Amino acid sequence: MGDVLKGVNRRGVLKGGAAVGGALAVPTIFTSNAWGYTNEPTGGSVTLGFNVPQTGPYADEGADELRAYELAVEHLNGGGDGGMLGTFSSKELGGNGILGKKVEYVTGDTQTKSDAARSSAKRMVEKDGAIMITGGSSSGVAVAVQAYCQEAGVIFMAGLTHSNDTTGKDKRANGFRHFFNSYMSGAALGPVLKNAYGSDRVAYHLTADYNWGWTTEESVKDFTEQQGWQTAAAVRTPLGAGDFSQYITPVLNSGADVLILNHYGKDMVNSLTQAVQFGLRDKQVNGKDFAIVVPLYSRLMAQGAGENVKGIYGSTNWHWSLQDEGSKAFVKSFGQKYGFPPSQAAHTCYVQAILYADACQRAGSFRPSAVGAALEGFSFDGLGNGPTEYRAEDHQCFKDVLVVKGKENPTSKFDVLEVVEVTPRAKVEYDASIFGGELGEFNDGA
Amino acid sequence: MEAIILQILNGLDKGGAYALIALGLTLIFGTLGVVNFAHGALFMLGAFVAVTLNHVMTLEKVVLSETETTAWGTPLEIRTPYIEDWFGETGAFLVDYSVPFALIVAVPFMLMVGIAMERGLIRYFYKRPHAEQILVTFGLAIVLGEIIKKFYGANPIPQSAPEAFAGSIDFGSGIVYPYWRLVYLFFSLAVIGAVMAFLQFTTFGMVVRAGMQDRETVGLMGINITRRFTIVFGLAAVVAGLAGVMYTPILPPDYHMGMDFLVLSFVVVVVGGMGSLGGAVAAGFLLGILQSFASMQEVTSILPGIDQIIIYLVAVVILLVRPRGLLGRKGVFED
Repeated sequence: MGDVLKGVNRRGVLKGGAAVGGALAVPTIFTSNAWGYTNEPTGGSVTLGFNVPQTGPYADEGADELRAYELAVEHLNGGGDGGMLGTFSSKELGGNGILGKKVEYVTGDTQTKSDAARSSAKRMVEKDGAIMITGGSSSGVAVAVQAYCQEAGVIFMAGLTHSNDTTGKDKRANGFRHFFNSYMSGAALGPVLKNAYGSDRVAYHLTADYNWGWTTEESVKDFTEQQGWQTAAAVRTPLGAGDFSQYITPVLNSGADVLILNHYGKDMVNSLTQAVQFGLRDKQVNGKDFAIVVPLYSRLMAQGAGENVKGIYGSTNWHWSLQDEGSKAFVKSFGQKYGFPPSQAAHTCYVQAILYADACQRAGSFRPSAVGAALEGFSFDGLGNGPTEYRAEDHQCFKDVLVVKGKENPTSKFDVLEVVEVTPRAKVEYDASIFGGELGEFNDGA
Repeated sequence: MEAIILQILNGLDKGGAYALIALGLTLIFGTLGVVNFAHGALFMLGAFVAVTLNHVMTLEKVVLSETETTAWGTPLEIRTPYIEDWFGETGAFLVDYSVPFALIVAVPFMLMVGIAMERGLIRYFYKRPHAEQILVTFGLAIVLGEIIKKFYGANPIPQSAPEAFAGSIDFGSGIVYPYWRLVYLFFSLAVIGAVMAFLQFTTFGMVVRAGMQDRETVGLMGINITRRFTIVFGLAAVVAGLAGVMYTPILPPDYHMGMDFLVLSFVVVVVGGMGSLGGAVAAGFLLGILQSFASMQEVTSILPGIDQIIIYLVAVVILLVRPRGLLGRKGVFED
């Protein structure tokens, strides 16, 4: 026994153990992250998953997102007039798909419900072989789908999501957002509201009781208070409340002279319409004209609210009336195909699809970690928002922000908003650490 | 004080809608013994009568401009509603009042829908357990909703009140209330009064009330109570439909609005007392007012979320204290 163990010491056992362990691990390394990745395209095509609300409160926006994605696929495959591919500062995309593979797509219905959105994303990844998931019109949905995509090892290119949390406390390495956020809305709106209404104002917030509503309320409250405004109350309203009368009537005698509606979509159409019906827009309080503010506007919802939006301030990520070459090219492609101008949701989704394709092209791979690395810190222009950067620290795009106002004399049913100020990027930038969260590592899946 | 008056008005307004739907629900239950979960869908169908009439009235003649183009380079479309083209100001007036005019269309349409529903489906379930009645009517509600979604899409379609009623009325002392909501309140009171009077003061109503008490004895007297009950089903459908038509300027209708109202209205019927017409009306207004007060900031700051559960909380308390509801009769829904 003594002979058998002769020459065996503790260090030798540890070294041997490490060598055996390493050898056993080799097959696992080579079959998972090192070589393969989730839904690696092997044929002549690559499948993208468009996860948009096709039913539910944001179905209008979802339909427009889908139109934009179909247009992007057409342009990526060399069809149509090429849209913004001609104005995009990166010239990697040549109209022959992505990395020579024809772009195909599958769709899912988020229903604007986190669980339904996660299920449809899972179905597209596991059954349909989607290599990237994109779309959506709600921050709750974006956060849920982003978390799923991180677990599944696919890239998530967020659609319309405005909450600070998406690229703040809930950010993930595999998730990227082109759309602006509540902080930027607040930073852009604060000074404009001060100029329009003065610094001696009392605001009353009605806030949709979910992730996006909370962060929007917080940001707009912070920035208006920095301008000298006071906040009379901030009341949470259930999502999809329909009739907001019981929440609007207390505003009448609250002493507030500004109503801030942190609502979006159907809720915003209903609450704004009802606020106007209750005479708030024509009211005088504290010797001043009562004002209504909608922090996040979209042209689609402005159309739904009709005449009620006239003169009401808000912010938006993009508007079809912009006169830069990228916006004009996109409006032309979209308008000729569908007969009406695109919404901001359509714009951000189109841009996200193009940015993903371009990143794959520059990375020379569909591998999520390679595509993500190509997107991180990427600066570009020609996609409708001026010079833009995908910040590496939180995967949030930084660009100028538009402050808009409901148009007093619209010339058509699409011409409901006018851009009153373009707030430069420098004024809406912030430290990536203020909203917490950790990106973590890219996940390529298996 | 102003806040309290405004919340009472809000509650009465909302309660008016609940009461109109609950009235029809309890009328059907009282006469036919059927728990009709498709009743909310009838409210939604009524709303879409208004939407359809508005669509028809605003059909447009499209002319392509020879000189102007859109931002995307196609000729600009110049749109003029046919009705305004043909009738000028009278046409514009008709479009403006499309919601009230829809009431005229809704009466025969909803009567036919109600009778067809009862004769074509519901009557086969009279002798079946309540659970099966609920399942079949709930299924019918889903089918009706999906049909509407197929034709009108999933999104709400805003309807305007006539220009003359578009603003709000100032009662002084800070009490400002939208005209149309007051119109809706008086409309619901008028419809409830008319239905009650019809049942109370006409021979038809007398027979129906007798049938509600003892269907068998009324039948033994040679009266065809089944035919009358079919008409009552049609009448309940008309009431729900009219409530839906008039609600469209307050809440833009979508295919799901019936379901949103049905659950609350069913709670109203249970609280009011199954089969009790007066109970349904009283509970409708009571719960509408309670819901409004529960939404006040002073209340939600103490009890967060109370505005969303108050109706169910009150229902639980009332059923514990008065198991038959506020005005429920002995023997109803009690085997």
